[in-house]
Amino acid sequence: MSDGARTLPAAAQPPLVRRSHLLPGLAALGCALVLPHFANAYVTEVATTALLYVVLCLGLNIVVGYAGLLDLGYAAFFAVGAYTTGILTSEFGFNFWLTIPVAMAAACLAGVIIGAPTLRLRSDYLAIVTLGFGEIVRIIARNLDITGGASGLVGIERPEILGFKLMQVQHFYYAFLALALLAVFVCLSVERSRMGRAWFYVRYDEDAAAGIGINRVSAKLQAYMMGAVIASVAGCLYAAKMTAISPESFTFNQSLLILLGVVLGGMGRIPGVVLGAILVALLPEVLRGAGTYRPLVTAVALLAIMLFRPNGLWPDKRG
Amino acid sequence: MALLEVRDLRLSFGGLKVLQDISFSVEKGAINSLIGPNGAGKTSLFNCLTGFYKPKGGSIRLGGRPIAGLPPHRITALGLARTFQNIRLFKEMSVLENAMSGQHCRSRHGIVSAILHLPSQRREEDMIRGAGMRWLEFVGIAEHAHRLAGGLSYGDQRRLELARALASAPEIILLDEPAAGLNEREKLDLVHLIRRIRDETGVTVLLIEHDMGLVMQVSEKIVVFDYGQKIADGTPEAVRADPKVIEAYLGTED
Repeated sequence: MSDGARTLPAAAQPPLVRRSHLLPGLAALGCALVLPHFANAYVTEVATTALLYVVLCLGLNIVVGYAGLLDLGYAAFFAVGAYTTGILTSEFGFNFWLTIPVAMAAACLAGVIIGAPTLRLRSDYLAIVTLGFGEIVRIIARNLDITGGASGLVGIERPEILGFKLMQVQHFYYAFLALALLAVFVCLSVERSRMGRAWFYVRYDEDAAAGIGINRVSAKLQAYMMGAVIASVAGCLYAAKMTAISPESFTFNQSLLILLGVVLGGMGRIPGVVLGAILVALLPEVLRGAGTYRPLVTAVALLAIMLFRPNGLWPDKRG
Repeated sequence: MALLEVRDLRLSFGGLKVLQDISFSVEKGAINSLIGPNGAGKTSLFNCLTGFYKPKGGSIRLGGRPIAGLPPHRITALGLARTFQNIRLFKEMSVLENAMSGQHCRSRHGIVSAILHLPSQRREEDMIRGAGMRWLEFVGIAEHAHRLAGGLSYGDQRRLELARALASAPEIILLDEPAAGLNEREKLDLVHLIRRIRDETGVTVLLIEHDMGLVMQVSEKIVVFDYGQKIADGTPEAVRADPKVIEAYLGTED
């Protein structure tokens, strides 16, 4: 046995970004930073939506890609964030920034409420329960007075940074870009940490993970909570951008689109998930020319991708 | 006081009595074995000890603390580690990441400190990595640290399971048929490794094995099972001469 004082090169911690990814990553970031200066309002708007999906897909990827739990009601956590900001700013006059910590706490709570009783279920049953949860949240939002019923909330306060009010499309583009970068940083940090590895252990072999000393219920619950928090922050910013939200923004369809982004790009791997998220946002716009055939063309395109690249466009090397 | 003490342990599935009033103990620093023909209840007993099955009655004490009925991760944290009969590695992860998994219950930093990159979290990561590497060296597969675990040869996968279990800093390690599928040369290496585990790290070893040759060679005490009951308990010589053991393994003359 080694004396432990010997430092092995192999024992060094891996860098946050692999060297081979550094240059392409910086190039992509550079393009993203200058995009609004060359694109018109329409393109910037679509790009903003793409960035929203990047954040949501990265959040869902923690649940689906890292911990291996199928979640069909992820839009519920997005709704929790959006409605928290909506209600607190329009009804109680809160400052936008103060609504974020409240939304994060609410999302954590929602994550525990859905997680605690269901995490002992196996994947298929878990998927059904999460689907139900997503619908429950949407229907509650539709029927309560405080959430504005079916017509939703209007007149949500726009955020200010140091006296500068976010108003135009470009402002929100940069706000979502900042949030997406933060989400990437958070995911990279957690992915290679003790809890990130625990999620992978649980995903690959739950019994072996338990046998080696990992509390699987706690690990899954934490994956749920972290995914929920990321979606809720995206929801806060979404509400501020739209200034009006209604239950129809948080349907099962929305949950499916986010899941589609995760699966399409390649579960478990950040570059793949970012790519998938962008595709999910862009496909409907690119295919606008197909007119009434758009859903059909979209479906065929997606089927083709899954048929020829079953592990996603940019799959996890780990398989 | 014995390190592991099992008293009157009972387990049944429906009406089937899998284990009936099993009692035995393992002293600290010993190498002991559980043997018995197929279906004797060895693996069921193993699963009771490691928390995968909840026994119906009796007690299991580890260092004097009752552990029967606790969930597996708690039992591991209390100092009892295991390997699996049919190797259960995280095949899609690196060899080092597999070895690091044992350190999970010996470390504590969570999501928030990882996001903030706290210095104490970085130090803990270094410690986890270092421990993983040390145990890979101990079992002799450190040069494969960055390969995928699923790509290792069968014998090296067995070694990795040992390294992973040892990385959880156990008091006692339970090996479920560690010689299954190994050739004669690999079995010799295994005997050597099991002795080194006890001699160099002081970890107590409890084996479950089919392979009589290996068991006789390495164990100081052997507990023999048949049909869910203990039929003999003693040194290899005593057990080998016991008529009940001979009967269980070879059958009786009619």
